Amino acid sequence: MNGLTGTVPLTRLALRRDRVNLPVWLLGLAGFTGATTAMSRAGFPTNEDLLQATRLMATSPGMRLTGLASGASVGGYAMIRDYVTLAVLAALMSTFAMVRHTRQSEETGRAEVVGAAVVGRHAELAAALIFTVAADVVLAALIGLAMVANGQPAAGSFTAGAAVGAAGLAFAGVAAVAGQLASSSRGASGLSAAVLGVAFLTSGVGNMLGRADPSGLRVDSAWPVWLSPIGWGQQMRPFGGDHWWPGLLSLAALFAGVAAAALLTARRDVGHGMLPQRRGHDRAGRLLHGPAGLAWRLQRGAFAGWAVGMLGFGLVLGAVIGQMTELTGAARDWYARLGGSGQMLDAYRASMAQMAGMAVAIYVVQVLLRMRHEEADGPLEPVLATAVSRWRWVASHVLVALSGAIVLLLLFAVGMGLAAGAVLGDPYGQTSTLLRAGLVQLPGTLVVAAIVVAAVGLLPRAAAAVSWTLLMAAVLLGPLFGPTLRLPQWAQDLSPFTHIPKAPAAPVTAAAVLALVCIAAVLAAIGTAVLRRRNLALPT
Amino acid sequence: MTAIAVSGLVKNFGRTRALDRLDLTVRTGEVHGFLGPNGAGKTTTVRILLGLLRRDAGQVTVLGGDPWRDTVTLHRRLAYVPGEVNLWPNLTGGEVIDLLGRLRGGLDESRRAELLERFALDPTKRCRAYSKGNRQKVALVAAFASNVELYLLDEPTSGLDPLMEAVFQDVVRELRVAGRTVLLSSHILSEVEALCDRVTIVRAGRAAESGTFDELRHLTRTTVVVETARPVDGLGRLPGVHDLVLDGRRARFDVDPDGLGRVLEKLAVADVRTLTSSPPTLEELFLRHYGDDIAWPRQDLAGVR
Repeated sequence: MNGLTGTVPLTRLALRRDRVNLPVWLLGLAGFTGATTAMSRAGFPTNEDLLQATRLMATSPGMRLTGLASGASVGGYAMIRDYVTLAVLAALMSTFAMVRHTRQSEETGRAEVVGAAVVGRHAELAAALIFTVAADVVLAALIGLAMVANGQPAAGSFTAGAAVGAAGLAFAGVAAVAGQLASSSRGASGLSAAVLGVAFLTSGVGNMLGRADPSGLRVDSAWPVWLSPIGWGQQMRPFGGDHWWPGLLSLAALFAGVAAAALLTARRDVGHGMLPQRRGHDRAGRLLHGPAGLAWRLQRGAFAGWAVGMLGFGLVLGAVIGQMTELTGAARDWYARLGGSGQMLDAYRASMAQMAGMAVAIYVVQVLLRMRHEEADGPLEPVLATAVSRWRWVASHVLVALSGAIVLLLLFAVGMGLAAGAVLGDPYGQTSTLLRAGLVQLPGTLVVAAIVVAAVGLLPRAAAAVSWTLLMAAVLLGPLFGPTLRLPQWAQDLSPFTHIPKAPAAPVTAAAVLALVCIAAVLAAIGTAVLRRRNLALPT
Repeated sequence: MTAIAVSGLVKNFGRTRALDRLDLTVRTGEVHGFLGPNGAGKTTTVRILLGLLRRDAGQVTVLGGDPWRDTVTLHRRLAYVPGEVNLWPNLTGGEVIDLLGRLRGGLDESRRAELLERFALDPTKRCRAYSKGNRQKVALVAAFASNVELYLLDEPTSGLDPLMEAVFQDVVRELRVAGRTVLLSSHILSEVEALCDRVTIVRAGRAAESGTFDELRHLTRTTVVVETARPVDGLGRLPGVHDLVLDGRRARFDVDPDGLGRVLEKLAVADVRTLTSSPPTLEELFLRHYGDDIAWPRQDLAGVR
């Protein structure tokens, strides 16, 4: 028996375990690409509009942080706007797949059962790798097809797909190493996510420090992009030269990661990582008191990451506010529609506040789904065996999540207000305007939180899928995409985000806010009432 | 005084009937064994006693209250150790003990320190780094460090080594002296025999027998296999001897505890060459006394609890 014996049955096992999960990822990302390409195509009726929008993306340093311009084309514009998002999601897909089929199996003891059977030492890593690489290749092909189906040239489309897939491959390598270094699957995912965060920032900063060429339609990036797998994907320049060779860097990263992981596997005991486990406190601190203290302890890691992100997001968006007044054409119309005002500054501030509101909704879903994990993984059982009622437990999680959401919105508003104030003057006025605009987003967050509570109460086993799907639907039907996709008004009205007043551009009406709060209250009440009456779905 | 009164308890999970008219009475101040093979419905019963699951039919009273309706007030007066202890991987054992104590409404500080010492538990390790036995100890310390009337222990010694098992038994005996009530669910007969005043045997969701070990004397018969120099006469006529199989100078039989003395006198005369005696395992017991079907080992394989 050699180190790879048993790889084939383990690969089949991985396919079988992810037979629902994987197609959802692949089709979701391909569908997103199709939608964003269609949006770009519909959004620029004339070539002049396209030139205008691309020039804005290429010449504004803030915009360069999130997208790299490689020339004016519809597909190229879609890539400027969404390549980073796609690459991040592909990286997460690869990370989760690698960790699930290596580290997580180990934690649940499955690996020991399998490892005692006729399975080589490296078979599990090899199977996870085959599975993940296949997923990335299929993803690349599907993204290419989605763009071709929306009328884009095949060469650029498939380069775009390959650029996304390449980011996935590079992170399969990162996750393979992280899975060996960390001492838990959560730790492994966290480590990979941290690398992803650094990769995102490095490529963003590299592009920001780059220069637009004389045409103003293409950015020559600065050197930091070459340190980032996301940067490598961008340098493949889909629809702007279609270079395939930067993809080799991603492949090299994959091979390096896998080789390192294989070396580490041979040196490591099952169930332990290479990084030592730190000791902790022997007593609980004062904050770890009551169900709310526990909820905060469980949510605080996610909160810290989001706090840094939202503050940074606000600072960057505030710093580019000066360029907004110069906008013309379709981009101007987009902001005007999203922000609800022809007055560009107000429209911009309103639309960025709305985006922050939707980002915070993602945070709320993430931290509230912790309730479901507590129930399914078992720690809820000893908690509810103490003097904590189910109602109090839910209320604590919701209270902590919403407090976190408020602070995140405030951080965003302060960041954007201070940066905008530095550009336009009057930091105090800017900040207080944005604080109000930020807080106006809360009713939408409330509705999203209530949806999660209802899902956890009514459909515990499907709670995560239902919550994320409804959130995605709310964002797609909402003001960010709905009008551009020319969705019928009734469909747009289904999204809570559609009904949030566009402050500061439009006045805040009590009716809309009250209606959203009432809907949230009813949903949360139903969810909690059912949760109090049903059997807990505890592990057996 | 009864601490727990259950009668006619029924619980279905979909089409599976986990509990089928179960009866269980635990008197205040006693250590009550809740004995049965895996899959007999012990965990389900305990979770209903805690109000974590809803009963489909039957009466359940815990400390005079309804566990589904009066959950919070009852939980202040009881402590629970789950069979499978799942904790938060990033919290330390010490933090979990304090947290669970605070959630219940208080913790005896000196008792906490004493129990940590006796169970030799390092409270600074994170839960993900604990072995199964150590996670079990966290739950045990958290439960025993609280001053409550009733302790619900669901297979609390799974994963403990023999030394810790002995510590556990000491602690439970101290609780009985202090007048506390303990429901100890287990599938290990000797553990229940060592600790419990009374025992209820559950099988396929029903109480098969209930009483003191004296009343369930037939459960504690010793199995003896003996080889003698001369043939033994009249072994089968002795009171308390059952299921005798004689094969020349070898004999195999079961004997009640109070018949053991006379059996030994008889054997000594015949000059014993080898002798093994063993208490019945739970499995043998079930096969012998309720061996009308082999349903329970199958359930065991299916992992039904």
